[in-house]
Amino acid sequence: MWGYLRIALLFILGCTTATRGGEEPSELHFCLHGEPKTFNPILVDDEASENIRYLTGGVLIRVNRQTQAMEPGLAESWKVSKDGRTITFQLRKGLYFSDGTPFSSEDVAHTMRSLMDPQTHSATGDAFRSGPGTIEVQTPSADVVVVRFPAPVAGLERLFDQVAILSSKSPKKEMSVLGPYYVSEYKAGSYVLLRRNPNYWKHDARGNPLPYIEIIRLDIQRNRDIELMRFRRGELQLINRVDAEQFERLQKENPAVARNAGTGLDGEEMWFNQTSSPTLQEYKRKWFQQTEFRRAVSMAINRVDLSRVVFDGFATPAFGPVSPSNQFWFNSSLPAPKHDLQGAQALLSRAGFRLEGGNLKDPAGNRVEFTLITNSGNTAREKMATMIQQDLAELGISMKVVTLDFPSLIERITRTFDYDACLLGLVNTDLDPNGQLTVWLSSGENHQWNPNEKTPATAWEAEIDRLMREQASLSNEKLRKAKFDRVQEIVAEQQPFIYLVNKNALSAVSAEVVGASPVALNPQVFWNIDTLRLNNSREVGAKQ
Amino acid sequence: MTQRVFRTICCGILGTVFVVGLFAQGFTHYPYALQFREFPNAAPSSMHLLGTDGLGRDFFARVIYGTRVSLLLAPAAALLATAIAAVLGGVAGLRGGWLETLILATADLSMSLPLLFVLIALRAFLPLDVSPVLSVVATFVTLGLLGWPSSLRLVCAASRNLRQSDHLLLARATGYSNSQMLFRQVIPHLRPIFLAQFWISIPLFILTEATLSMLGLGVMEPLPSWGNLLRGSEDFSAMSANPWRLVPLFLLVLTVICFQFVLPSSEELT
Repeated sequence: MWGYLRIALLFILGCTTATRGGEEPSELHFCLHGEPKTFNPILVDDEASENIRYLTGGVLIRVNRQTQAMEPGLAESWKVSKDGRTITFQLRKGLYFSDGTPFSSEDVAHTMRSLMDPQTHSATGDAFRSGPGTIEVQTPSADVVVVRFPAPVAGLERLFDQVAILSSKSPKKEMSVLGPYYVSEYKAGSYVLLRRNPNYWKHDARGNPLPYIEIIRLDIQRNRDIELMRFRRGELQLINRVDAEQFERLQKENPAVARNAGTGLDGEEMWFNQTSSPTLQEYKRKWFQQTEFRRAVSMAINRVDLSRVVFDGFATPAFGPVSPSNQFWFNSSLPAPKHDLQGAQALLSRAGFRLEGGNLKDPAGNRVEFTLITNSGNTAREKMATMIQQDLAELGISMKVVTLDFPSLIERITRTFDYDACLLGLVNTDLDPNGQLTVWLSSGENHQWNPNEKTPATAWEAEIDRLMREQASLSNEKLRKAKFDRVQEIVAEQQPFIYLVNKNALSAVSAEVVGASPVALNPQVFWNIDTLRLNNSREVGAKQ
Repeated sequence: MTQRVFRTICCGILGTVFVVGLFAQGFTHYPYALQFREFPNAAPSSMHLLGTDGLGRDFFARVIYGTRVSLLLAPAAALLATAIAAVLGGVAGLRGGWLETLILATADLSMSLPLLFVLIALRAFLPLDVSPVLSVVATFVTLGLLGWPSSLRLVCAASRNLRQSDHLLLARATGYSNSQMLFRQVIPHLRPIFLAQFWISIPLFILTEATLSMLGLGVMEPLPSWGNLLRGSEDFSAMSANPWRLVPLFLLVLTVICFQFVLPSSEELT
């Protein structure tokens, strides 16, 4: 009898053990919106690769996406010299890469040398190039690294948030990582499978190893409608960046999954062509170079309507080049943009423009009409352009809207300069204004209204040049902020870019995901990936 | 009998759609571009019969003005394409020899070009400061200029048969001049083919314009067309919530079906 009972008990226990052993490991699904171009973290220059780098790369200093403060990563502590040229890191001891290779200061030195090698053409490395010359990296011990730059680098520590450390010894090269996950499988055009890095250095408050989730499957899906449909069906647990229209519908269906992190960093803006291109008529160039004209156009645009109608209220009228969500660098003393038709008319009449039979004419009698180009296929931009068209019609300005495929548009705004005005968006990934140097320096390639100027065309551009150079050479953040505040004031006065709206950071998080708190900074929804959990699944934390 | 009734009904529908499009101002008092920004995406009401679009524009006004654009310019483009096909196909078929080989080779080459990419490239080369009306005319002229090769092959084959026919030989023996041959013999014999090609091309061009507009490259805002009105149907869930937005699709399908029914039958062609 006892024998049968023992066998039955063993059978039951065996069944229980088998069930536990057969449980699916926790697996998080979400999408990349393009093919990752590289898994090498120092070559990253696209969003998909950047997301992989964030999920797999170990960095010396991490910018906390919620507080926007810097936190120790692989470096326990760091110190920047007074001249802003040298940074000394004290590294954590006893860390290993995902393949078991030990981590040391040699790996940091190898990464920095590779990053700054001109042959590498690293976009991440370009941010460190503040002056001519080469960097020096010293490794006085296995856990101390000293990096010396040829010239002061403003906001030096923050730049290390983008530098994922490579192994100098691992045969797996860049596939050997120090971040929470490593790339386990990749099928081009289909998916990237990440597995939990067993050697990841972080632990939670109770001493459990992080991350909690075992596997992340990143499906490559460009079509946002299909992504949303799959999310609704429960096949995906996260969507990073949902557009306003989809977000509103999602909010109506299930308010708990629609997450609005408030004003994001990304903005939409328009600008006039102020180049000396022969394709631009002289009288138009004169309008576009007039501050009164640009300010009048800016005042005539109803940004509140743009936010409400085009973005269903999930956007805020833009103040200037820095979004209010960039807590440190935003200049809160800038005047809020106003929709003021009378003010716009007064500015125009002061500049000699007059209204004749409902049409605005310049002092020479030319009718004020211009074409605004934007990229085809972007419904929000097309809607904004159509609304601006009606707003400017109230001033007597005739604006045509032309949508072009993206390569044709880029050709016009960067090479032929055969356009009047352009409407595009600005994707801001860097909080520091140094990331915008090529936009603000008159010699910059991205100084869109008049790129690559040999000498500043106007006094205010010369002043911006001076202020941007000065702030870039300072290491005192308060002094830098004061300089950049002045840049923002000049931009608000001169309106070389007419900032329209800052879009909200919208995302979707399934109820299965625990611990998600989307923020405005990229990657909005999975910035705290190592502490996310999934309901009802076996996780590393759950085993403890 | 049934076919005749169908054809009459279809002609009636097409006629009504044409008249409404042509005299759009008489059917709505709202301008197609006027934005009622307080009422974006409004449902149908006595004020806005088909509601409003995402910018608060009266959707009924946009549909009937869009009808004008699509239904007036598509036949014009079809006429252009058929005329090119008739001239080149006729010459190739009647003359034969190296000229026929050259024209057919050109047609084959044109057919092998991806029409959509050619249109995108041509649109990029258009000057930016053209008015929306001129831009839409340019789009349809381009469609007409690129849409002839398939019709040409049919016209060429029919002309070749005609060249070898007894009655053309008899006319030549009777002493007809070239122009007499063309106007009294060739054109009357090929007319049913020209007509069929013309009718077939109209829905084709309407659909091509719709495709271009779906890509954001067709008719420029704020001018409406069936194509750019259909862009909203990309999002199925939005459509299911606002089914009245499917009116342009319904009109497009109805028009294409009607065009198919008013086409001459194969018996009539022979």
